[in-house]
Amino acid sequence: MSGAFPAPYGGHVPVLKLGDVLLVTLQGDLHDSTAEQLQQDISQAVADHAVSGVVLDISGVEIVDSFLGRVLAEIAAKAGLLAARTVLAGMRPAVAITLVELGLTLPGLRTALNTEDAMRLLGVEVPRSIPGAAPGSPRPGRTRQESP
Amino acid sequence: MPEQQASGHQQTPEHTVGDFLLRRREQIAQRWADAALFRTVFTVSRDEAAEAGRAVVEALAATAAAGRVEDPGASAFAVVREQLARTAAARTRAGAGTTQISAEVDALRPPVAELLLADLGDVPADYSRDCVTALTVLMGTLRLVVLETALSAGQDLIDRQRLQLLEATTPVIKLWEGIVAVPLIGTLDSARSQVVMETLLEAVVDQHARFAILDITGVPTVDSLVAQHLMKTVAAARLMGAECIVSGIRPAIAQTIVHLGIDLSSVLTRSGLADALAYALRQQDADLDLSAARGASTR
Repeated sequence: MSGAFPAPYGGHVPVLKLGDVLLVTLQGDLHDSTAEQLQQDISQAVADHAVSGVVLDISGVEIVDSFLGRVLAEIAAKAGLLAARTVLAGMRPAVAITLVELGLTLPGLRTALNTEDAMRLLGVEVPRSIPGAAPGSPRPGRTRQESP
Repeated sequence: MPEQQASGHQQTPEHTVGDFLLRRREQIAQRWADAALFRTVFTVSRDEAAEAGRAVVEALAATAAAGRVEDPGASAFAVVREQLARTAAARTRAGAGTTQISAEVDALRPPVAELLLADLGDVPADYSRDCVTALTVLMGTLRLVVLETALSAGQDLIDRQRLQLLEATTPVIKLWEGIVAVPLIGTLDSARSQVVMETLLEAVVDQHARFAILDITGVPTVDSLVAQHLMKTVAAARLMGAECIVSGIRPAIAQTIVHLGIDLSSVLTRSGLADALAYALRQQDADLDLSAARGASTR
C-alpha cells in the first residue's frame, strides 16, 4: 500500500513539547497516511506528557481537502478526551474559504491568528511585542511605515 | 475630362467610384465637415473636421480601388478605425444612441452621391446606376465599421467599469490596532461577496486583526444568498482565528431576515459600527487584562 503511494519527502510530522503545550507544525501537502500517523502521534504524546494544550500550526498548508479537515477535527476531539485543548493557528485565507465552501466550519475548535496568539490562548505567557505595534512586526518595519 | 470618361467605360463601377473619391476628396471632406457626425465631434475648428473627413474619404477610395466595397474588414479601414472609434465614442458620450449614429453616418451619403452623379456626366444610365449602387454599398460598409467600433468601445467601457466597481467597493479600513472593518455599500451579488470575503481575510492576515467588522449599513436589501455569504465570511474569519462582527442591520432588513427564516444566531451582531468597535475594544482590553493577570500569577 505504502509502496504504491510512497509518502512525500518529510512524511513524518514532528510533535514538539513546549512546557505544558504540544506544538505541531504542518508544512506543505500532507499525505493521507502521514495525517493518520500524526493523529496517533499526537494522542500518544498528549497521554505520555499529560499536556494541557495542543497548538496545530497550519500556516504552511496551502491546500486542504475534506479528509484533512476531518483529521483536524478528529485530532481536536481525541485531545479533548485526554483533557487537552486544541488551537488551530495561522490558517491561510484560501484554506479558510475552501473549508467553508466544503461546509467544514470545524465547530468547537479554537482558532488563533498565529502560534503566539494560540500559546496565549492556552495560558502560556508570551511577551507582547511593542504596545501599539502589530504583533510580530519588528520595530524597524513600523518606524519605516510611519515616516512618509 | 472626356478621355477620363471614355476610359471610365472600361473600368468597373468600383474603380470609377474609387477614382472619383480620390479626385474629389477635398470637396467631399468640405461637405462632410458640415455633416452632423463630424461637426458635433470636431468642435474646435472646421479644418480639423475636414481633415478627419479627408482621412475617411481616402480610406473609402482605397477600399473601392481594391474592389472590396462589401468588406468591413478591408485593410484600408484599419487606418481610420481608431479615428472612427473616437468619433463614435464622442457621439455616444454626447448621448447619441446607436440608431442616431447610424443615421448620421447614413447622412454622409447624399452629398457624395450628388457629386458622383454630377461628375459622371453623360454616361449610359445603367453604368451610372451601377456606380451609385457601388457607392451606396461602400457607405453601408462604412456604417457597419462605425457601429462595430462603437459597440466594441461600449463593451470595453462596461468591462472596465465592472472591474473598477469590484475594486473600488471593498475598502478594508483599519479602525484600531487589531481591528479591521469593511463598510459595504450597494447591492451584493455572489461575485462581490467573494471579493469582500477574500479582501477581508487577506486584511486579517496582513493587519494581524483579531476582530473584523462587516458593516452592512449601506446594503439596501439582504436575501438568503447574501445572508449565506455573510455567514460564510464569518465562518472563514473564525477559522483563521479572528472574530467577525456584523453591524448596521437596519430594521427593514432584520424583518426580512426573520421572514425568510434565516438563522443568523451563529453570527455576532451589533446595531452600529460604533457599537461593534466598542465591543471589539472591550474584548481586546479583557484579553490584555486576562493575560496580564495570568502573567502576574505565574511569577
